[in-house]
Amino acid sequence: MQLKLKIWRQKNGKSKGKFETYYLNDVSPDMSFLEMMDVLNENLMLKGIDPIAFDHDCREGICGSCSMFINGEAHGPDRLVTTCQLHMRKFKDGDTIYVEPFRAKPFPVIKDLVVDRSSFDRIQHAGGFISVNTSGNTQDANATPIEKEDADNAFDAATCIGCGACVATCKNASAMLFVSAKVSQYSLLPQGKVEATNRVLNMVKQMDEEGFGNCTNTGACEVECPKGISLENIARMNREYLLANLKG
Amino acid sequence: MKKITYSLNYRKPKNSYNNDDELMVCLRSYQKLNNGKFRVVKKSTGIKCKLKDWDSDWHKSVARNPIKSTDENFLEKNRILKDKSIELHTKLTSLFLGNVKSDPKNKTTSPDSTKTKQNGRGFLLDSRVPPGPIDQKWVTHKNNIRLVSPSNKREIDIIVVGTGLAGGSAAATLAELGYNVKAFCFQDSPRRAHSIAAQGGINAAKNYQGDGDSVYRLFYDTVKGGDYRSREANVYRLAEVSANIIDQCVAQGVPFARDYGGLLDNRSFGGVLVSRTFYAKGQTGQQLLLGAYSAMNRQIGRGKIKMYNRHEMMDLVIVDGKARGIITRNLINGKIERHAAHAVVIASGGYGNLFYLSTNAMGSNVSASWKIHKKGAFFANPCFTQIHPTCIPVSGDHQSKLTLMSESLRNDGRIWVPKSKEDAEAIRKGHLRPIDIEEKDRDYYLERRYPAFGNLVPRDVASRAAKERCDEGYGVNKTGEAVFLDFTSAIIRYGKEKAHVKGLNENDKELVSKLGKQVIKAKYGNLFQMYEKIVDQNPYETPMMIYPAVHYTMGGVWVDYNLMTTIPGCFAIGEANFSDHGANRLGASALMQGLADGYFVLPYTIGDYLADDIRTGKISTESPEFEKAENSVKEQIDNLIMNSGTKTVDYFHKKLGKIIWNKCGMSRNEKELKEAIKQVQLLRKEFYQEVFVPGNAESFNEPLAKALRVADFLELGELFAKDALEREESCGGHFREESQTPEGEALRDDKNFSFVSAWEFKGNPAKAKLHKEKLNYENVELKTRSYK
Repeated sequence: MQLKLKIWRQKNGKSKGKFETYYLNDVSPDMSFLEMMDVLNENLMLKGIDPIAFDHDCREGICGSCSMFINGEAHGPDRLVTTCQLHMRKFKDGDTIYVEPFRAKPFPVIKDLVVDRSSFDRIQHAGGFISVNTSGNTQDANATPIEKEDADNAFDAATCIGCGACVATCKNASAMLFVSAKVSQYSLLPQGKVEATNRVLNMVKQMDEEGFGNCTNTGACEVECPKGISLENIARMNREYLLANLKG
Repeated sequence: MKKITYSLNYRKPKNSYNNDDELMVCLRSYQKLNNGKFRVVKKSTGIKCKLKDWDSDWHKSVARNPIKSTDENFLEKNRILKDKSIELHTKLTSLFLGNVKSDPKNKTTSPDSTKTKQNGRGFLLDSRVPPGPIDQKWVTHKNNIRLVSPSNKREIDIIVVGTGLAGGSAAATLAELGYNVKAFCFQDSPRRAHSIAAQGGINAAKNYQGDGDSVYRLFYDTVKGGDYRSREANVYRLAEVSANIIDQCVAQGVPFARDYGGLLDNRSFGGVLVSRTFYAKGQTGQQLLLGAYSAMNRQIGRGKIKMYNRHEMMDLVIVDGKARGIITRNLINGKIERHAAHAVVIASGGYGNLFYLSTNAMGSNVSASWKIHKKGAFFANPCFTQIHPTCIPVSGDHQSKLTLMSESLRNDGRIWVPKSKEDAEAIRKGHLRPIDIEEKDRDYYLERRYPAFGNLVPRDVASRAAKERCDEGYGVNKTGEAVFLDFTSAIIRYGKEKAHVKGLNENDKELVSKLGKQVIKAKYGNLFQMYEKIVDQNPYETPMMIYPAVHYTMGGVWVDYNLMTTIPGCFAIGEANFSDHGANRLGASALMQGLADGYFVLPYTIGDYLADDIRTGKISTESPEFEKAENSVKEQIDNLIMNSGTKTVDYFHKKLGKIIWNKCGMSRNEKELKEAIKQVQLLRKEFYQEVFVPGNAESFNEPLAKALRVADFLELGELFAKDALEREESCGGHFREESQTPEGEALRDDKNFSFVSAWEFKGNPAKAKLHKEKLNYENVELKTRSYK
């Protein structure tokens, strides 16, 4: 395959970026999108051009590092995959592909396609945990049976990989899907209920402080989420938040 | 209790001495007084000794390890101490013996003083395994090791490098205990460490299934699975704390799979006959890591952990013989930073990326472990690598990494190749579909060769069997390097069961298949989806294709029972150390080891070391040692940036990977290993002449970060081959063609190789010096593994 790539280049957070055009031949349909980028970078380097910086690590769709906005969609045209799992067979010979970083005010660009997502970490610091010490003296794991449905729903929420596709997709740059996934996971489990009130208040407060927008129920985040995190989590978080405010 | 210490008086860091330098010998004998304090009975200096004459390890230690009467090898050590004394200096001998005799309370110290003329054979590495029966060792040890009081913990800083299961859980627990923790990871968040990609599950001896599991059984399976090359006491401890891990994780909100009664579910893994694996679909590693990450978050929020994302450790700093800090590079702006602490914990994972293609993440590297190795930490069993049998086969030259399909799939999948080469050929050419091959024409070779364990043989055995079939010409994909993993039987079995439960027609094939697929989807949904995305085939309809790939490294930094390396104050945990898995790791044991080390072992044992540091005060980064380390890091970076080569870093990495995979992969022989050593040496030389690193050092520069990592792999690669060459036996993942049974099974040599190879760095890998830690098995009988 031959491709025309229009890729966002930005030297650092302070400089202004712009699209550069590159051409790439001999792209195999079995390549992953990132392997295609590797080939492009090797070519650029041999020509003396600075390679394109992008985040990536596990390349099996679980670490949440890769974060490309491809042809106007977070993680590209395929559903339920991250950029690293997107394969070139999803594109046609002669295609023009636009590649941008995940854009949102709380995700400042570091270089090219690399953004700073530490705002997500800070939301987790505010309440994304259950306060239990690792003493090794907790009660037996089977002491509290948990309804299978709750356990499964908690698991589904917990599969969020924190990539930020929901924020990049949302017209309001809202992080509600990300935050609600964590809030849901814990509020569905008996272990997490103890601190539920403070957790939701603190995490939402931090989310607002980081500059993420509000949710207007567009639902685009759910569509683009590589892990299929459901909008129901946002509804659950809203209920938790309301309840917490009433208690609070 | 009395103790004697015997050491060289180092005035400078140990590694700044030459072998011929003369140093003072210092000898102290302590007597315990009634008030509980120790009195120095005799102190001797003024006797000189050459460093090179001082070659056994326990007394070479700069920590001046006391020989306590509680020490298991107390008598032997005392004897060797005396032998050594005679050998070194007659004056020293009389002084020492006189000293012992002069103290009537100390008679027990030298009960065998008549045997002083025994030959002073080199003492083996001191693993500091506590005495006593195996099921009491850890309990006794915990009761006896020294503690640091809560108020003193606040004054002590600890650096943790790596935030995977081991590093993340250690950082969180150490912070909970009250230490000030600085944690470092090269990723943009600790949640992205590669433990996240572990799929199948975590073992624990809970016996919830009532199938006869116990701590001893988990211990036994792990030692046996490791082909009797792991340290018994460490493995027992691992099995002991395994149950706590599950309790802990559930309390943290880790959503393990549950049955309809609301209790935890289990599955079975390779190499064992019980169901003891806890899981969260095919994302167990992710859920456990997020659990550890949440524990870290709580401590970061409290200010007890200071987190440094996108920082890479560049070197270890040793001050007065103790690990006192690290030099890091900020990957965003390239700034070289100094960080000081009272102890340094390395939890940077394994070195599978030595092979270029592996299931490790792109960034996984050996650099932290290698840097401490170069500063004095011994590197153990580097050649013990796990080749995982179920990975997605390589599709072409562009391939950047391999993807694992969890071993749990072998619970329900059956592995086969066609019985005839013609069928295999037809499949490779695409003339025949696998579902067209009839049952009688399929060779379920694992079930054929190993009827007792069938598809659930340990990983090393399964991998070699797949290679054997493919080498014989039965491979089933374009490259001829793949076998089938088939779920048809499982789908029918589950479908029938479901139909029966629902009272539906069990003979309705379509219905049974539909119901069966639902069950398989619930169990392995994400794995099947992942496979489909990568290979573009639907594994519910056609068998998966799999082939072995490098997955895990059992070898790593040598550590004692306290998980301390041979550098005082420098610890290694998780995959980065070597201790628990011997020559082969069983499935679902890596997660167990990482969390055991981080949550339950290191937080105790580190106190034993830090108890000496409560009066040390803050460690300064303004010392000459930090200065020197920083300068050497800067120099290395400048050299790479200034180099005017023409080849990219990946060129070298790929080439290195090919050498190691072809010559030190699933089977090894003397000739090829020797070639590998030569080729790696040449490649390393070429690297420093020809490598081209773009950009500058003061910016986000991934090729530079990669070059620094590959430079270390190029050194490790040589030691790796050298270690494989030394070990002239087959054990676990290490298969030497010279050492096999007539049926082609691995042949172990317990008489000559029942030891851990611990390599000491001596300037370059070719000069590395081998130390042996003898492995004693008191609680399991050494047997030839048989899974038939």
